[in-house]
Amino acid sequence: MREKATYLLALLAAVVMIGNLHTIFTQLPDEAMQGAVYRIIFVHVPAAINADIFFTIALVTAILFLATKKFIYDSVTVACVEVGAMLTLFNLVTGSIWGRNQWGIWWAWDLRMTGQLMCFLLYMGYLLVRPAISEPTQRATMSSIVAIFAYADIPLVLMAIRLPNVRTQHPGPVLETGGMAPAFRGPFAIGILAMFLISAALVLVRLHQETAQREIDSLRREVHAR
Amino acid sequence: MSGLQAAWAIARKDLRTELRTKESINAAASFALVILVLFSFAFDLGREELYAISGGLLWLVYSFAGALIVNRGFAREVPNDCLDVLLASPAPAWSLFVGKAVSAFFLLMIVEAISLPVFGLFYNIRWMQNFPQLLVVILLATWGITVVGTAFSAVTVNVRLRELMLPVLLYPVLIPLLIGAMGTTTALFAGESLAGDNASSLRLLVGFDAIYTALAVYLIEYVLIV
Repeated sequence: MREKATYLLALLAAVVMIGNLHTIFTQLPDEAMQGAVYRIIFVHVPAAINADIFFTIALVTAILFLATKKFIYDSVTVACVEVGAMLTLFNLVTGSIWGRNQWGIWWAWDLRMTGQLMCFLLYMGYLLVRPAISEPTQRATMSSIVAIFAYADIPLVLMAIRLPNVRTQHPGPVLETGGMAPAFRGPFAIGILAMFLISAALVLVRLHQETAQREIDSLRREVHAR
Repeated sequence: MSGLQAAWAIARKDLRTELRTKESINAAASFALVILVLFSFAFDLGREELYAISGGLLWLVYSFAGALIVNRGFAREVPNDCLDVLLASPAPAWSLFVGKAVSAFFLLMIVEAISLPVFGLFYNIRWMQNFPQLLVVILLATWGITVVGTAFSAVTVNVRLRELMLPVLLYPVLIPLLIGAMGTTTALFAGESLAGDNASSLRLLVGFDAIYTALAVYLIEYVLIV
């Protein structure tokens, strides 16, 4: 049942994504200033938004694990952090490609970019510490703590890089200011949805693997105990 | 015995052990000196350029030394199951943590007090001007390094490759603190005062210390008692 739901979700994600890509590449005109490369915005920004969504879910489930000690929350945390870290990396790479095309450089120590890179490094710490702890309860507890510390750091990093000696290069927000052409808004919103569906399907797959892994581990312990 | 008294007792115990054996303080102080020497080969700079990076140099040295010191914090209690005994004692987990953090703070301050004059001497930086303000920055940032470091030393105490894992987790979290400390220290070396832009960096340090002290004291119970 759950497997079927995952496949269904993935199928839905694929349909939405391909339909949206079709609109983006064949219906939408090139942007006046940037030409064709502006189309990165339809995956670049959705990746960042969805990464934030999944990191927030990971924070909530990390706290829930510490409060209840139920392993399902730990599995959700690791699944969300993995997918969130992947989305963050995707966001960094697509942004870098766009920057090379538009600015002529791959990277600038701009506040948004620095913040996003730090976010990636913080959650990589989470993913590195997990395999280093073998005892399951301890692994879940310690990594939940790391997830909470990582999330608490993000607002501080954003504050720190707003200090006066940091330059800004990243384009300003186009969403809140209404700077986006009406024709682009629909595909942009669908882009967010498509990215969310893909990520949710990946989270479900990882969750399934985590629970299976846990079952295998407990069976192995049972055999060893005999 | 109240929690704070217990914390002070643990801090005194740790400091006494350390000052008798001098195992981590000697290592950290010599490491700081080695790094200072290495930096002088890495950069061949004029006087103005040197002033522009002086704060960054100093805090890199301090944070490297800090990681060495906090690494020993809980690892010291692993042989002979001392950690279990400490946890079984009537002292609450948070006072164990605060005691460890305070002793690491004093040890790092000693290392910093040794390496600051050497730094001034090697790089011809006039660190004595604005010394009271510099001391405020050093106290705040050192507490930040030791409180986060001690929390992560508790997280990694039972982790494989502990010595490698601690820096991987610690430095990304310390980034906002280090950005603030480096900026203010550079400004103070250049003869500026803690007003205007530098005051906002100082507020960042205070905020970082407050948030992470609260978070660590609150979460340490989950870390130590699994």
